[in-house]
Amino acid sequence: MTSNKREKGLIVIQLSGGNDGLNTVVPYGMGEYYDSRSTVHIPQDKVLPLTDEIGFNPSMAPMKSLWDEGKVAVIQGIGYENPNRSHFRSMDIWHTAEPDAIGAEGWLGRVVRDLDPQGENVLTAVNFGRGLPRALGCPGVSVASVGDLETYGLFPDIEDEELRMFTLEAFSRMYGNVAGRDPVMSLLSKTGQDAYVGADILRTAPAQYSSTVEYRSDSLSKNAKSIAQVFLANLGTKVYYTQHGSFDTHSGELLTHAQLWEDVAGAVGSLMEDLGEHGRENDAAVLIFSEFGRRIKDNGTGSDHGSGGVAFLVGGDVNGGLYGQYPSLQEAEQLNGDLRPNNDFRSTYSAILDKWIGVDPDPIVNGQFEQFDLFRN
Amino acid sequence: MSESNIALMSHLMRRAGFGANRDELERCVEQGYEATVEELLDTSNPNNMPDDLIRRYHVEQSELRDLAGSAAYWMYRMISTESPLEEKMALFWHGLFATGYAKLNQARSQLNQVEMFRRSGLGAFDEMLLEISKDPAMLVWLDNQDNHGDAINENYGRELLELFSMGIGNYTEDDIKECARAFTGWTIGNAEYMSVRAYKDSIWPYGRIAWHFDYREEDHDTGEKTFLGETGNFDGDDIVQIISKQDATAEFVCTRLFQFFAADEVDEQGSRCIAAMKETYFESGYQIRDVLRTLFNSEYFKSGEARFARVKGPVEMVVGAVRMAGSHQTPELGIERVSNNMLYMGQGLLQPPTVEGWHEGVEWIDSGSLVERVNFAGKELSDVSSPGIRAIIDRLASTGVGVLSPSEFADGCVDLLGPIAVGEDTRSVLVDYAGRQGDLDLRDRQPGDESEQRVGNMLRLIAATREYQLA
Repeated sequence: MTSNKREKGLIVIQLSGGNDGLNTVVPYGMGEYYDSRSTVHIPQDKVLPLTDEIGFNPSMAPMKSLWDEGKVAVIQGIGYENPNRSHFRSMDIWHTAEPDAIGAEGWLGRVVRDLDPQGENVLTAVNFGRGLPRALGCPGVSVASVGDLETYGLFPDIEDEELRMFTLEAFSRMYGNVAGRDPVMSLLSKTGQDAYVGADILRTAPAQYSSTVEYRSDSLSKNAKSIAQVFLANLGTKVYYTQHGSFDTHSGELLTHAQLWEDVAGAVGSLMEDLGEHGRENDAAVLIFSEFGRRIKDNGTGSDHGSGGVAFLVGGDVNGGLYGQYPSLQEAEQLNGDLRPNNDFRSTYSAILDKWIGVDPDPIVNGQFEQFDLFRN
Repeated sequence: MSESNIALMSHLMRRAGFGANRDELERCVEQGYEATVEELLDTSNPNNMPDDLIRRYHVEQSELRDLAGSAAYWMYRMISTESPLEEKMALFWHGLFATGYAKLNQARSQLNQVEMFRRSGLGAFDEMLLEISKDPAMLVWLDNQDNHGDAINENYGRELLELFSMGIGNYTEDDIKECARAFTGWTIGNAEYMSVRAYKDSIWPYGRIAWHFDYREEDHDTGEKTFLGETGNFDGDDIVQIISKQDATAEFVCTRLFQFFAADEVDEQGSRCIAAMKETYFESGYQIRDVLRTLFNSEYFKSGEARFARVKGPVEMVVGAVRMAGSHQTPELGIERVSNNMLYMGQGLLQPPTVEGWHEGVEWIDSGSLVERVNFAGKELSDVSSPGIRAIIDRLASTGVGVLSPSEFADGCVDLLGPIAVGEDTRSVLVDYAGRQGDLDLRDRQPGDESEQRVGNMLRLIAATREYQLA
């Protein structure tokens, strides 16, 4: 059922709520930044410089170390034409790779269907968190959604372990009988077995795991650790998904945004360190994205929904460096007070699909897009 | 009171409502099947949880601006209403005229649409089409504010024919264009500003202003149109009338109602039932209430063929378990912990994935959603402090002397949760499970003690059966 092989995996970290790209990769060498951001800015001397124009938010120290090791691709000015500033719609667009119509299938759901058309491995994609993001949704594709790896599975509310085992066994017996039933009952049986087996296998991951890496205590780090556990258990999983937020910093941005990036950079740093400790850092690529960026001008203590965000790809095999252009902050170049995106997010998706996962990107992203050279091999 | 009457009534209540407990079923059997159908079809007195009570607990359900709170608000109505068919119909139309929050950022306007479904959902179909064509959330959802006399936007015209009334293959591309022309000028008040508002959504929380329908005569194409073979200076009202009288429309609407209320798959007997519904559709002047009466009173609906012939949708699963348990009967902080389960199972209220609505039937089931279904229903039904579960325990305790053999215990629980038709293979597992600690002795039980908890455990396992996933 699972391959027990060391597989490459794509790990997606979704920054929900609209991450302020300007305060993430800070254009500290551009005067317009400080002119537009009278309060909500990062002082020049605090920035972790990448070039003499731009640098990371000071909360991103672990990401800066990875950058210095050449393991971070910064994709500047990423977005799509006619940016939509609604959280839900814009996230849908990123999830379905369909900016113009309302898409029905998630891009990663399509990946799972391509990789495992018969649904042989119920763990080809695993989501860490409750409820499936649309990126993973695709009719007929099963994806495990893990709220908490330690208690994942059926009947988590039964505290008495003996009773829980007894109940699970009854469940397994009830769903074990497929032969000679009508199609709906067969489907239910197969799905119930998948759920049962998937949970059973997933629960082995924490037990096999040992590491000296200490993760932070926030929810993203908890999920990052679970991702490492599943990754290192070699269960044949190709896609890992989790999210963090809320990045919707309309007010009090400086404190909140700094805290959130401490979480993200810390989680990514620990995850890469953990995989490195096990000799697996070249097998993982971590994509970090948000549905949009925020406006160029601040609104007092925060910033409103904008466009032209920034995405990151992190990994031992990632070709570190800057991709895309940093969008101009000059008024003439702006898009109604926003950064103008200069590269379509589907270019990045295409490169990942083609070079990392090894599937034909065009049908998944609904078109052909020029790819950045994001990977070493 | 015969068991078969209870089973039939239980079937009716699962379909026309969200299921019913044994007290309710006995009351319905007492008054008779047809009288119960009439009671369900009369939606004049929902007697649901009142707004003033809800708003004492939920600021967000006063404004009804954010998605999660608004979905929970509708769920409160579903779990408390005494007119369950009214909510079931609203859910049906919500799935058919699927309008999603993602594009609108306007939960209030969506709830106004749902309120319209309650008001008109059992009335005449032509009136319903007219209402939905003027519904502000729908207009923005399908871009009709961009449908102008001198430059048509086909989106609404196309979906009206394809997804809302006739189905693909019954009209031409030209009909779509002519239909769109007839709806030019059907927009919302201050449309230019409002659609930018919905699109940008950049200064939350200042960007929510109620939408209303506006007819702009100067933006309406008054020219002659030829639609489905008829020619005239049609406006949207005329188009709705032409659509409503088509055989394809009757077929489409009756089939969708059949699949929602009777069976996921249409077999030969089902086709005959749909034919009878179509007859009523035309005879009654497109009255949905009459069409449903025909369906519920049909031999097909009452027969074994229709029993458990649908996969429970997530909303039915959540609301059904809550109503059976009798839990969450008063507002409580953090109610999203309950309502979000619908989303986890794949059916977030107010957020259908596309204008097509949800893919129903077996597509509700995948390994992630099944775990959510089993865990949620199991948790609700195993809580022996909930009044509905206490009532089940009381009934079990009054079986014989109050000591139940494993098979009496398992069969009794299966009966009181439905009755649910479980296969022999399932039943034998349930009986084994029931016998884990021998006979169940409820004679000296105390609230929440071990004997009562055994009942909760049994109900949890029944909620986990394949059969419980069906409605």
